[in-house]
Amino acid sequence: MRLSLEARAKPARIMVWASPLIAAVGSIIGVSILFAVLGRDPLAALNILFVAPLETIDGLAELGLKATPLLLCAIGIAVGCRAEVWNIGAEGQFTIGAICGGGVALAFGGNDSWWLLPVMLLAGIAGGMAWAAIPAFLKTRFNAHEILTTLMLTYVSIQLLGYLVHGPWKDPQGYSFPQTRQFEADALLPMLIEGTRLHIGVVFALASVPLGSILLGRTMLGFQIRTVGAAPAAARYAGFSRNRIVWVCLLLSGGMAGLAGICEVAGPDGQLTPVISPGYGFAAIIVAFLGRLNPIGILFSSALMALLYLGGEGLQVSMQLPIAVTGTIQGMLLFFLLAADVLINYRVRLKPSRAAAGATGHA
Amino acid sequence: MHETEILLAVVVATLRAATPLMIAGFGELIAERSGVLNLGVEGMMLMGASVGFIGTVATGSPILGFVAAMLAGAALALVFGVLTLSLMANQVATGLALTIFGVGFSALVGVGWIGTPLQGIATDIWPGLSKASPMVQQLMLLDPVVWLAILLPFIAQRFIYRTRAGLILRAVGESHDVAHALGYSVLRIRYLAVLFGGAMSGLAGAYLSLAYTPMWSDNMVAGRGWIALALVVFSTWKPLWLAIGSLLFGFVTIAQFQAEALGLDVSPHLLAMLPYLATIVVLVLISRDATRLKLNAPAALGRPFHATA
Amino acid sequence: MDARSLTPRLRLSGITKRYAATLANSDISLSIAPGEIHALLGENGAGKSTLVKIIYGVVRPDAGAIAWEGAPVEIADPNAARRLGVGMVFQHFSLFESLTVAENIALGLGASETIAELTVRIEEIARRYGLAVEPTRHVHHLSVGERQRVEIVRCLLQSPRLLIMDEPTSVLTPQEAEGLFDVLRRLSDEGCSVLYISHKLEEIKALCEHATVLRAGRVVGECDPRVSTEQQMAELMIGGALPTAHRAAPLREGRPCLEVARLTLMSDEPFGTHLRDISFTLRDGEILGIAGVAGNGQKELLAALSGERRAPTAEAVRIGGVAAGLLGPAARRRLHQSFIPEERLGRGAVAEFPLRENALLTVYQAGFVRGGLIRFASVARYARDIITRFNVKAAGIDAAGSSLSGGNMQKFIVGREIGTNPRVLLAAHPTWGVDIGAAIAIRQALMDLAAAGSGVLVVSEDLAELFEISDYIAVLSGGRLSAPKRTHETTVEEVGLLMGGKMEAGAGPAVADAA
Repeated sequence: MRLSLEARAKPARIMVWASPLIAAVGSIIGVSILFAVLGRDPLAALNILFVAPLETIDGLAELGLKATPLLLCAIGIAVGCRAEVWNIGAEGQFTIGAICGGGVALAFGGNDSWWLLPVMLLAGIAGGMAWAAIPAFLKTRFNAHEILTTLMLTYVSIQLLGYLVHGPWKDPQGYSFPQTRQFEADALLPMLIEGTRLHIGVVFALASVPLGSILLGRTMLGFQIRTVGAAPAAARYAGFSRNRIVWVCLLLSGGMAGLAGICEVAGPDGQLTPVISPGYGFAAIIVAFLGRLNPIGILFSSALMALLYLGGEGLQVSMQLPIAVTGTIQGMLLFFLLAADVLINYRVRLKPSRAAAGATGHA
Repeated sequence: MHETEILLAVVVATLRAATPLMIAGFGELIAERSGVLNLGVEGMMLMGASVGFIGTVATGSPILGFVAAMLAGAALALVFGVLTLSLMANQVATGLALTIFGVGFSALVGVGWIGTPLQGIATDIWPGLSKASPMVQQLMLLDPVVWLAILLPFIAQRFIYRTRAGLILRAVGESHDVAHALGYSVLRIRYLAVLFGGAMSGLAGAYLSLAYTPMWSDNMVAGRGWIALALVVFSTWKPLWLAIGSLLFGFVTIAQFQAEALGLDVSPHLLAMLPYLATIVVLVLISRDATRLKLNAPAALGRPFHATA
Repeated sequence: MDARSLTPRLRLSGITKRYAATLANSDISLSIAPGEIHALLGENGAGKSTLVKIIYGVVRPDAGAIAWEGAPVEIADPNAARRLGVGMVFQHFSLFESLTVAENIALGLGASETIAELTVRIEEIARRYGLAVEPTRHVHHLSVGERQRVEIVRCLLQSPRLLIMDEPTSVLTPQEAEGLFDVLRRLSDEGCSVLYISHKLEEIKALCEHATVLRAGRVVGECDPRVSTEQQMAELMIGGALPTAHRAAPLREGRPCLEVARLTLMSDEPFGTHLRDISFTLRDGEILGIAGVAGNGQKELLAALSGERRAPTAEAVRIGGVAAGLLGPAARRRLHQSFIPEERLGRGAVAEFPLRENALLTVYQAGFVRGGLIRFASVARYARDIITRFNVKAAGIDAAGSSLSGGNMQKFIVGREIGTNPRVLLAAHPTWGVDIGAAIAIRQALMDLAAAGSGVLVVSEDLAELFEISDYIAVLSGGRLSAPKRTHETTVEEVGLLMGGKMEAGAGPAVADAA
């Protein structure tokens, strides 16, 4: 007997949602093995990873705080992926958004101007959009692949941030630490729950869920995005401009990543440092796929991913495990998801081996 | 005399910087020639870098370290192969997953080895070199991996265009359906190509942690895997062009070294942007002629294959 | 001749193959004598392709036995088939575009010969059978006829004892087909059996000694095509009387609705055909048929007419008198032009979209979108109308495009394109690969549209179809278009010569001269 895949007559709708659950179960098993190999009690570690962070208000607030950038970046990425526009550089657009918005905060903060926060947010969005406009231009004008250009620009943006905080924007009173001075109080996002760090950015993130759903499901623009992704020849035949869709997708995801960036530095951080993100922009790619490129699904997957970040920090503190565990689990989760996705279009069948088939033939 | 020495130093530094790009790029070129787009080069290189480093420190043998690194790269490539070839997962998404996993897992594996000192690998592989002139000595004092990288394009050129295996590889990359109809095992050929690509990525990563900068640190590949991917596109899937592209990038990568030699005072952060910006420029130059790119690209690149039998 | 009846070269008994939901082959038995030219006859989807793939080892049967020269065999893969002496020329050629002829042949032989040695042998075989091929040329430079010769040479190099030809003439001009028949007859005289797959009855009558007819995966009859009439074979094939389409209204002189003037356009595909100096006029109420062998610029011409590629000047293409050469597909649709493309899934429709969304694909400018939001209720009504009007067999408007059969998907696309009452309809290979019932319905729809006053341009490789429905026929060859001629003033032979590239001087004046 051997396993073989047989194409389904039509995609199994149930598997579209069952496959992330299968992936989650697979990952939990994989993670348990990993913990055992690292010499830690798997059950205790799983408890710290997945349960402990949810037991306090503070933990839940931190969850919302970490889910905010993931949700914003992932919905933008997902809209792009629907059109097969692969924005892998959300991390870079996040960084530039933080730089632009942070620049406004450093320049105009401390005057109690009512317009400061809106302008900071707009600057963050505009920065992210501008950074994403480069690959959009290079793709539509020169056919340069966006996976590579968005990624290269991410490395450039991180160096740019490094240059600024080591150089022109360095806090003179910062004991030569590479960081800017703290933003003034009027340049910080208002808190939602007193005593926690949960800020108003989570509202923007939550609002993007229904907006993303309407865009993809009910508008002509969303229909065009989906057509360009599902069948480029059909889109050309229908008269949808692929270039226009590339621009829309990159500007949208760039803007959302930029908003996430400024919310991060104007929220919990309050200043620019060389490292402002623990890889949110990359993790958001996993979030987008785990959420089936569907905004409502992404709402759940971003919460799960935020939990992984929180739990990873917990493991670092209480089990002395390196923070890299988080990245490993993230990658594993995506592997299991991609593997489980095969069940959407194929069913697994046990088939008699070749020799056996021949024998039946002669009978 | 002084200028000659600087020039020689630049040549040697360029060759050393080009080596990981050449090796990883060549592995990816073979995989892509078979029709598989593996975007996980960065992740496989990182695994190679950490496993190669640990292997060398643990056994004291760089050769065992390199072998371990190649196995680690191939192991990660095997995961990619199972997902994309046997389970027909999206190659772009799987490649990204491979890189994300590789970044995390290499850091996890290497966490206890950060800051461990290691002597670079031996470079005096030519007997009687001490009798040669200092200039020849400087040029010949390259480690074996660099020599391999110098030979690689010529070997590759011969393999792809002059051997039957190379012909079959090109055929599978052009049309898996036709190759299947003619009786070739598309999956087996693609698995081999992907595993080879993984092993080469692992070797390239280990070169970074064992010879280029003999140490291990998180994320030390720093985008070279992605640059190697871009170079494959730049080469239009031809080994000799891949070599030229790698040398070009090796030259840009050592900009910091050159700036110092020229006495320029530029922020290291700005200089570090150069290879990434150069990648974008190169990509733009090569991609603008879409027809030429289409003509040279393996026609089945990135398309999943499912035999209906 | 007696030996033929003793031991058949190939005998199949009880061959059965099932794919997910469909029984592709059910209990098929047939035998082929040495030197016999045996026809395998059937409609699209009757199971011919599956059966030959089983013989060639590409597909493995679920049940049944194969005997080769009397001995039971198992054909595990194409290599095994080739070792037995089975050669196959595929319908869609199994050649690699970017490789040379010799490299392609080397891949098919699996031998350890060098390319140089092989080149000598290729030239020898080619000379012996009068098949002109050049071993050093790259396949992408070759015409379809040349490619077929490469495939045949590849088979002959292995001295086959059974040659399988899958729909070999669908891509040839009538004259090229005659040349192919000569080669096949010669092989048969030398003792090589031929299994000839086709649905073209006149060819089978001219070539074959024995025919096995398949329908819905089963053998429904055998006959001697030299004796049976085409009518009898056709009825066996479709299992009933042959329906016909008919033209409802007489032809009348209309105003020009689509005018193309001196259109020259370089292809943007690596192996594409450039369009050269194309001129014609399509008038209201007319059907203009464009004949030609695939790869002579059909794709490029249709892209230039649909707007997917822009013409160099606005005046090169006029729709209803409006200069439209620089307009895109959406703008040309606003001038009441519709287009039925060649590829159904992936271009004419999106496989993973439900029919409701596939209906919207090209008609979104007809009031189905308001303020950027899709009016799903109206779109659903439109989709349901198409399904009823064209008798599309589907599980409703939420069925995915990929769940429909080729014929039903095509009826849906035709319905969608006709449903907006276009003044100009472009149709590319509208009945290719669909069953006869759907083909008749589609041809009828095209003729009804013309009768109602629209201009219809049909690009097809099926000459019988073009002669049946067109008022004018023009031939596309090497990117040039011959002057359209009235269908009843031309003949299949004349069109065949034009398809082979023999253009008369001064090709390309407008229809107006002929009308």
